[in-house]
Amino acid sequence: MISYGQHQFPGKLFVVEGTDGSGKSTQLALLYQWLKAEGYPVFFSEWNSSPLVKDTTKRAKKRHLFTPATFSLLHATDFADRTERDIVPPLKAGAIVLADRYIYTAFARDVARGCDRAWVRDVYSFAVKPTVAFFFRAPLDVAVDRIVSGRPNLKYYEAGMDLGWSDEPEESFTIFQGKILDEYDRMVSEFGLTVIDATRSIERQQREMRLLISQHLNKKRRGKTH
Amino acid sequence: MGRSTHIALLKTWLESRGHAVLDTGMTRSILAGRGIKEAKQGHTLGRLTMQLFYATDFIDRLENEMLPALRAGFVVLTDRYIYSAMARAELRGIDTAWIRSIYSMALVPDAVFYLRISSPQQLVERVLSSGRGFDYWESGMDLHLGEDFYDSFIEYQKRMLKVFDRMSTEYGFHVLNASRTVRSVASDLRRAVTKLIDEPATPAEDNVSKLQVIRDKSTPAKSAAKSTDLTKEALS
Repeated sequence: MISYGQHQFPGKLFVVEGTDGSGKSTQLALLYQWLKAEGYPVFFSEWNSSPLVKDTTKRAKKRHLFTPATFSLLHATDFADRTERDIVPPLKAGAIVLADRYIYTAFARDVARGCDRAWVRDVYSFAVKPTVAFFFRAPLDVAVDRIVSGRPNLKYYEAGMDLGWSDEPEESFTIFQGKILDEYDRMVSEFGLTVIDATRSIERQQREMRLLISQHLNKKRRGKTH
Repeated sequence: MGRSTHIALLKTWLESRGHAVLDTGMTRSILAGRGIKEAKQGHTLGRLTMQLFYATDFIDRLENEMLPALRAGFVVLTDRYIYSAMARAELRGIDTAWIRSIYSMALVPDAVFYLRISSPQQLVERVLSSGRGFDYWESGMDLHLGEDFYDSFIEYQKRMLKVFDRMSTEYGFHVLNASRTVRSVASDLRRAVTKLIDEPATPAEDNVSKLQVIRDKSTPAKSAAKSTDLTKEALS
């Protein structure tokens, strides 16, 4: 089994990470449009999107069946399916894969939930190392505000209600997001994440991303004539 | 003749002797059992995804069934444990260190009973008498080992037998020749289980320490017998 950092593929993998409300999905969508327009073959892969695992996750969330360990393992199962189905084949074929959330999401959330840091990293060791992993960093109050104002009802696991920190969803969510942010911050140097200041304007963040990404792209573009 | 028969017999017998028994088995978790069965209906279940789905099923049963039962003083009988999962993973070229680290939170069983069948041909007889025919996963069809289910089954089970035999030494399985009558296998099982329940258990850490399995300190239960064999190995 090939493990993290050892895969050698002609394609490129760019991932976005960050707390909820950091604006990463918006940025990834803009990136997708740009790369498509430039003529690159681009594939998009989202967290929690495995057709094999989706129903199980949905049911478990609804019925509150998870413990921190099974929450972690089922999400790893989902991620494994994404890796085997949506990530490795296009990378082998030389395409660009854009991933909305990657293993760092699991590392941040699962460790915040109390899973062992080294164990979670072992579980995900089969993952392909991204070409660039962007971490959209927003201060805790900004991120929490963006989510809470846009969504009156926080979901049970999203708010970390399973951990019993608070009976108030909003308070629990804030505690949980704080722990997640701490985990992200320590991963910046551990995994060499590229930090993007998510408080800046959307246009400025996008310019920064495109500049970094273009350094990793082959000059020869497909499907486009100049 | 296989695992489920023996577990059922053992359970009845233990209960008749006044022991509370929990029986569980692979893919029976509330969390992931159904999902695994559905995923196996298709042809898109990848080898990494498969291992993690099974691990989810196992940990769900460990945390929500086996541990609470052991704490309450039950005898836990499980139809296959982490060894079957590790054997399947190994046959699929999965890194054994990886699979072991995933299962590192498993408990060391008080005993592992390996119901051993000496040849794949004997297993074929069971498949035929079951009336269900060959199963895709039980035949290792995802590994492309032969030109049809039969050839693939023979090759897959041959490899499985080899891995189990090696594990048997590595982890100190209690080997039972399962080619004999149900009655004689069952009586051997009872004798072995009686010994475990009546005599204080000797820790099996020496055998399993390589796996870094954690023994739950709060477990007061005397016995957690466990049964595994090759019959219907990649099935269910």
